[in-house]
Amino acid sequence: MFKVGVDVGGTFTDVLLVDTKSSSFFTSKVPSTPEDSSQGVLNGIKKACELANVDMADIEVITHGTTVATNAILTGKGAKVGLVTTKGYGQVLQIARSYVPGGLGGWLYYQKTPPLAPLEFTIEADERMGADGEVVRGLDEAALRTSLEGLKNKNIEALTICLINSFSNDAHEKRIREIASEVMPDIPASISSEVIPELQEYERTVTTVANSYVRPEVEKYISNLEAEFSEKMNGASLSILRSDGGLATAPSAANFPVNLLMSGPAGGVSGAIWVGEQAGINNVITFDMGGTSTDVALIENGQALVRRETTVGDVTVRASALDVRSIGAGGGSIAHVPELTKALRVGPESAGAVPGPAAYDKGGENPTVTDANVVLGYLPENQKLGGDMNIRKDLAEKAVQKVADALGLTVNEAAEGIVKIVNERMFGAVRLVSIEKGYDPRDFSLMAFGGAGPLHANALGELTQSWPVIVPPGPGILCAYGDATTRLRNEASKTIIVNMKNADGSKLSEDLGELAKSAGDGLTMSGSNDAVNLDTKTLEYRYEIDIRYSGQGLVLTVPVSLDDIKAGKFDTVAQDFDEMHEQLFTFRLDAEKEFVNLRAIVLGPPSDVELSDSGEASSGTVEDAAIMDHEIFHNGELHKAKVYDRAKLDPGHIVNGPAVITEMDSTTVVFPGHEAKVDSRRNLLLSPKS
Amino acid sequence: MHEKILETNPTPYNRLEVDPITLDIIENALRNTREQMDATLFRTAMSPGIREQGDAFPMIANVDGKMVVGQFGSFIHGFMEAFEGTIEEGDMIFTNDPYSCGGAVSHLNDYLVIKPVYKDGRHLCWAAHFGHMTDIGGRAPGSLPNEAREIFEEGVAVPPVKVFRKGELQDDIIKIVLRNSRMPHWNEGDFKGVIAACNIAERRCIEMAERFGDDVFYSALDELLERNCRAMQKLILETVPEEVQTFEDYICDDALGSGPYKIKCSMWREGEKVIFDFDGTDPQSPGSINFLLNEEMFKMFCGTFMISAFDPQILFNDGFYDYMDVRIPEGSLLKPRRPAALSCRTHALGRIFDVLSGLLGQGNPDFLCGAGFSDSPHFMYSGYDKNGEWYQLYQIGFGGIPARPIGDGPDGHSLWPGFKNVPNEFLEAYFPLRIETYESITDSGGAGYHRGGNGIRMGYRFLEDGEISIHDDRWLTYPWGVNGANPGLRSTKELVRATGETEMLPSKCDRFEVKSGDILYFNTWGGGGVGDPLTREAERVLQDVHSGLVSPEAAHDIYGVVIADGAVDEAATEALRAEKAADKSEAKLFNFGDELEELRANCLAETGLEPPAAPDFSKSRLAAE
Repeated sequence: MFKVGVDVGGTFTDVLLVDTKSSSFFTSKVPSTPEDSSQGVLNGIKKACELANVDMADIEVITHGTTVATNAILTGKGAKVGLVTTKGYGQVLQIARSYVPGGLGGWLYYQKTPPLAPLEFTIEADERMGADGEVVRGLDEAALRTSLEGLKNKNIEALTICLINSFSNDAHEKRIREIASEVMPDIPASISSEVIPELQEYERTVTTVANSYVRPEVEKYISNLEAEFSEKMNGASLSILRSDGGLATAPSAANFPVNLLMSGPAGGVSGAIWVGEQAGINNVITFDMGGTSTDVALIENGQALVRRETTVGDVTVRASALDVRSIGAGGGSIAHVPELTKALRVGPESAGAVPGPAAYDKGGENPTVTDANVVLGYLPENQKLGGDMNIRKDLAEKAVQKVADALGLTVNEAAEGIVKIVNERMFGAVRLVSIEKGYDPRDFSLMAFGGAGPLHANALGELTQSWPVIVPPGPGILCAYGDATTRLRNEASKTIIVNMKNADGSKLSEDLGELAKSAGDGLTMSGSNDAVNLDTKTLEYRYEIDIRYSGQGLVLTVPVSLDDIKAGKFDTVAQDFDEMHEQLFTFRLDAEKEFVNLRAIVLGPPSDVELSDSGEASSGTVEDAAIMDHEIFHNGELHKAKVYDRAKLDPGHIVNGPAVITEMDSTTVVFPGHEAKVDSRRNLLLSPKS
Repeated sequence: MHEKILETNPTPYNRLEVDPITLDIIENALRNTREQMDATLFRTAMSPGIREQGDAFPMIANVDGKMVVGQFGSFIHGFMEAFEGTIEEGDMIFTNDPYSCGGAVSHLNDYLVIKPVYKDGRHLCWAAHFGHMTDIGGRAPGSLPNEAREIFEEGVAVPPVKVFRKGELQDDIIKIVLRNSRMPHWNEGDFKGVIAACNIAERRCIEMAERFGDDVFYSALDELLERNCRAMQKLILETVPEEVQTFEDYICDDALGSGPYKIKCSMWREGEKVIFDFDGTDPQSPGSINFLLNEEMFKMFCGTFMISAFDPQILFNDGFYDYMDVRIPEGSLLKPRRPAALSCRTHALGRIFDVLSGLLGQGNPDFLCGAGFSDSPHFMYSGYDKNGEWYQLYQIGFGGIPARPIGDGPDGHSLWPGFKNVPNEFLEAYFPLRIETYESITDSGGAGYHRGGNGIRMGYRFLEDGEISIHDDRWLTYPWGVNGANPGLRSTKELVRATGETEMLPSKCDRFEVKSGDILYFNTWGGGGVGDPLTREAERVLQDVHSGLVSPEAAHDIYGVVIADGAVDEAATEALRAEKAADKSEAKLFNFGDELEELRANCLAETGLEPPAAPDFSKSRLAAE
């Protein structure tokens, strides 16, 4: 069977074509086509098929990570969303959580972005539910109709209904949707109790609104893709990568696009999980460094941690996402020295794709992290980025010289400073997902990927002591590997709030069972026109409960067994929670616990794609892979180094540092005193020389 | 202070030259550590006050007690001066008594924990944290009695004691304070969170010293202080004139029927040094609005204000303290004598920021903001529910951020760092009440070229008989506007009884009885505006009108914008604006609304409340002499 994984990035679209029978892989990298990403996707698939000599029509499965939803929010190009709130709550998005970022005085320079549903498109419904689900005041339908008519005249493109306490009783939301479908039959309406039936009115509203906001863009994109695929590939099945690292069937993705906001970063983590599995390494910290940002995540026993919120720009929604920490620093981050403090700062400004780093010779003049890498020799001049870009060391040096002059350092010292500062920020991100969660990074391997990850891999390894540091094959397109190798997933949750000691196990297990059904239905879209044909016997179910000490605000998510819950055996659950609390926060409390949210997760069958084990010894030697002699600057000194071609390195080879290993879309630096070993799956494993 | 700190390893530190890159790396690592302290506490705390509203502040200081990272500046030096006895490895000091620590914390609710960090028997640095406990006893639920006249009425005061002695928890102390709280389980959770955060800071600092070397870590902290100092020196020279600038603002009343109380500050520069002199500030109040202002803390406020505008990436620290001199008269509202009550100091603490803003802005009108949401309104509701269970809510309110030179002030937001509102659904799930209205108040933000943020109207419907306490201000004086803008609207508190009767409640009151079915409208004030409202782009005014943030009447009368059929009538607007501009007198730098005498005269008619009597300082003046 032929499977395709596609990852659309800002600059390039990466495609991985897998022949699952023979475990052969073919990759292609083509320019992204931002005006209509589906063009780039098709170009990439076509190119990979040519390389593999495969007929496009033979492709059966396409899995895809996309930033369409994310970009709609970041660029403010989503739908005109109308909002219906409970009377007295029309400004729920305007007031938000009243939070002003920055420290004392942060308000002096805080610029708030306008809400995704503008106040002028917000109407209030005269109705009220109590926290316990009781109707306090019935819905004034006549008044609502009038308000909806007014909204209709403002040409909204989507409607969102989010009422107070609807997590405990959705009757009014549903009734309003019915009325709306009469008043404006062509406008899609969504209700918060379906998208996210959880407590906290702002979070529920912003999540539901964000869903509506990105939906038209995502729907259009998916239907474009499906049309192309059905024409050229006999309707190969399409799945989209969710923020939580699972796959959504195309119709499910189109209906709940709020689950796709972190689709991009999730691809890399999914890829890392798979590569780690293949290499027999199940505890991994991922380090995905690109041009403008770097993503870090922790994988324990082959599973990434999932967080119950997703943040894009200023918007934080309640949707599960892999716990990926992003920092706004990457190869394009600009270094500068403020006059006032004479401190060396890197970022937050980035040179972006245009003009890009000075070394790219596209008009950039500011010193970037990439330029510093060029100056230090980590990124050799003959390296072609993405195959067609030249690097000019003289321009990089000229740019970095500005920083050197401001600090009174040599250009090499300044460049090394820039790299060290940015490494320290990366290290901060690694700490966030590891040490601060009670994990010791020394128990993990760092996996470096993305365009710039392998350049900084050795340095990060020294900081985190997460040896060996893994540079997977094709580090620039690991996301596409992730897309192709993860499994279908959906989840459903709801808020209950019940003290553990009063909880009724059989009622809870009933609720969990219903959630499981609803998650399964959401996955297959059963009952809708778009129903997906899937053998339900292949599905796997998991259950979780969000728990806290009575009175705490934040919850910890504890996996539970349905049988234990049904039997009312809460002791093990309580124990798991206490242990988790202690691991995270160094102490536990002798306090009552409460169940806050129930959640069921449904998973499709696991991937059958494997990396071939090319274990046979190679006939060539390491020296056959050497391209040229070179110099790198490290720890204040110049070192003689060799440049190697990764394509010519075979399993069992060991490259001794100082060295630079180049491949199509990435470069790995090996420092003095370190070595890079090629394992049986062709990963580079960096570690200090024994 | 060093002689009070016992070390088993007396080797002195070596002050080394730290290269700028290492310095920046350590700066980043310290910043991360501070964020981690916050995260630990916020996630584990029990009370909504800390965990949602973030009323807690961490700090790391060098061996001399100077804050290297943190929020409110260091108090360790003053604290150690007052501390009797010695400190050893494994000790952790706890206090909540402002009078025992030179105002390091300024009311009893703030539990302060200080940990000397040791490495290999040597004192390496300090970690400290304080958080606001919901209830510590005293005469009113929430332990912030408006009507207290002595600190003895405000809860249990703990002078500096060792809550850990050589690593051993002194459980007795915790038992005593918890026994005196109406909300012991919240206090316990919050207190443990504060302690955990300090322990985490300790671990990180030791790791940093291990990684870079003890001497490098020690020297880097010093160097960070010096770097900050150099930056502040420049700022002081550039922004503070030599001639004396003076600014006054007020606390409206003291909950005992007197007010307003004046806070006056003068500022000038002598060479490289800036002097802040609070001479002319009113004497201390017999009530609880006194604010024991720690001089070092005030320096931090200033530094923060000045630095926010320039290199916001800079790590605030104590390095510049020698270049600021703060003079506060003894026996004044800002330096009261024990046993003056202190619990409701938040009004003065907030107002200090308006005073600062006005002072620093006079010489730099381009940087001038409107009067802030310069307080932290509190609301409390407590009693026994139908099942006989005690409930007690303590909530912090938000309002209009003032307009800034960079744009409008956000509506209904927080000026305090890290604070968030509590979700209303959470309140309704855990307390016997419903929030029936939660919106910003149209036209409450001061009109200007940049509009002040609107205040919030929060309608609490009570579902049980109980008692409420209110803490707010700016009900008499206005949040002023600047550079030709209007002030924001003042705050009000309106109680609508289930029977339909309406009464205005004072902005400060304790244990006021409410019945099931009553609604309290807790209305906070708006931020002051910046610049002439007649110059605001008509499209922006139109947008505000469509959004319901500004009324059509205000758009016409104050902004001079004529709206017809949902669009701006350009010609009519131009004419109206020209007419209004001609009528306008010369724009003042500050627009305070009415003069004090007028405020008093119109008080009853405008606010529904009797004006406060002028404070009688005859007794406190004697005390001050």
